[in-house]
Amino acid sequence: MALTLEQVRHVATLARLSLTPEEEQRFTTQLSAVLDAVEQLQALDVEAVEPTSHATLMSSRLREDVTRPSLPPEKSLANAPAKSDTSFAVPKIIE
Amino acid sequence: MQLTDLTMLELAAKLAAGAVSSEEATRASLARIQQVDAKVRAFLRVDEAGALAAARASDARRKAGSPASALDGVPLGLKDLFLTEGVETTAGSRILEGFVPPYDATVVRLLKEAGLPLVGKLNLDEFAMGSSNESSAFFPSHNPWDVSRTPGGSSGGSAAAVAAREVFGALGTDTGGSIRQPAALTNTVGLKPTYGRVSRFGVIAFASSLDQPGPMTRTVADAAALLQVIARPDARDATSADAPVPDYSADLEAGVRGLKLGVPREYFTEGMDPEVEAAVREALREYERLGATLVDVSLPHTKYALATYYLIAPAEASSNLARYDGVRFGLRAKDARSLRDVYALTREQGFGAEVKRRIMLGTYALSSGYYDAYYLRAQKVRTLIREDFTRAFAQVDALLSPTSPVPAFKLGEKVEDPLSMYLMDIYTLPCNLAGLPGLSVPCGFTKAGLPVGLQILGRPFDEAGLLRIARAYEREHDFFRRAAPL
Repeated sequence: MALTLEQVRHVATLARLSLTPEEEQRFTTQLSAVLDAVEQLQALDVEAVEPTSHATLMSSRLREDVTRPSLPPEKSLANAPAKSDTSFAVPKIIE
Repeated sequence: MQLTDLTMLELAAKLAAGAVSSEEATRASLARIQQVDAKVRAFLRVDEAGALAAARASDARRKAGSPASALDGVPLGLKDLFLTEGVETTAGSRILEGFVPPYDATVVRLLKEAGLPLVGKLNLDEFAMGSSNESSAFFPSHNPWDVSRTPGGSSGGSAAAVAAREVFGALGTDTGGSIRQPAALTNTVGLKPTYGRVSRFGVIAFASSLDQPGPMTRTVADAAALLQVIARPDARDATSADAPVPDYSADLEAGVRGLKLGVPREYFTEGMDPEVEAAVREALREYERLGATLVDVSLPHTKYALATYYLIAPAEASSNLARYDGVRFGLRAKDARSLRDVYALTREQGFGAEVKRRIMLGTYALSSGYYDAYYLRAQKVRTLIREDFTRAFAQVDALLSPTSPVPAFKLGEKVEDPLSMYLMDIYTLPCNLAGLPGLSVPCGFTKAGLPVGLQILGRPFDEAGLLRIARAYEREHDFFRRAAPL
């Protein structure tokens, strides 16, 4: 299936990726080729087949609901590119 | 013979006998890295101080007569996808450059508790996405058997370091073959355990329903010993299996007499290198000589596995990689003015081409209007692939196939053609879709001296069976004694 440049731009917006014009062109070609290759799945009749979301048949194992210490703020914030006091800092959203 | 030529268990025996200290072994490993890593480029980071401190602590335990485990004191390398407290962990990506985790992955904690000095972090394809290590944001690793070639990916740094005898063993992760394919290309043993067998807590996520950490070693017995340390139910990982962990070394020498080994006809197809096919066919004959019965089996949906994988893995990746947004850790684009810019520009500057390609593919496959046609359909085909294996394992004890269709290829050869690169995983990724254990064991060399791997796939949680089958072959050939020409 051939993707258009507009579709690639739209998907990039959804994925929060800004792309250079050169990348937009390259991905239009490359993603079209990959989508062509996966097109063969359309040939299978899967109407009555249950999807597999996890390969092993197990339900999520839940821990006991007990309070435990979490990472202290200084450790959680240690890798933040910008912080203020005990918060992650981002550019102002509302003026 | 150098100290670094020893296998993990040979070194462990010498440590136990007091013939060598962990500090000596660790210094030997560090010296070997110093000697050959400029050519191999397996390491992103060497933690000399941390490794030596752990080695000295190990020696003190030995002296006091209380070693922490059978492998206490054996130096190990880690793919740079495992969070290690206080040591930079990058996943091979610019977006995580400088990231120093505040805690250890569960497997890292288990290794430390077992007393293994961790000598450093090994190169990988960015976020484990790739089959050649060339997607690493930093540099490609080289194959010790021919440094103009790739060691495979994404755990290529781990494989190269083990093959070059820079470390005694390493941990990798396998999402579509990332432990087994580089093992095959470097004459090493790579084991991808059953999904859920080894905790994924603290392992930077690529595709959560497929990823699984596992050992990369020079011998089958070493793989068994290392798996013993890391296989454990983990309350911090809701997908970790609450299954008992057997003694993986107990039946290692039991042989294959009387076993039925399936040969899936769909795994011997056009496109396979003739020398790879010849080596694998010879290995099959060896199993017959050893008393196993070969059974022709069919996995009819194999031809759909690649397409299924390249929808499911990117879909999960696009979701997992949403967390790299320039807010909590890693890179933030300097020129970002608005919050939207922080996300989009950081991700533009921080991610490499392969990662962007897969995020785009995954976002597309999950987007409204395409979800049913792509993602949901792929999950249904995944069921068919899994059922193929279930039917096959009703007839046979394990399946035998090539690990990789070709031996190590030249660096740069496939970089511009994602589809041809994706084909490198054609024999390995169905196992991940089905959640099965798989192992690659060396089974010979091409005329040019490049290693070939034999893949053994098994029933869920039958790692012990795979190790036993691999060991039966290894005992006859001893390929692991051959050293790469460095």
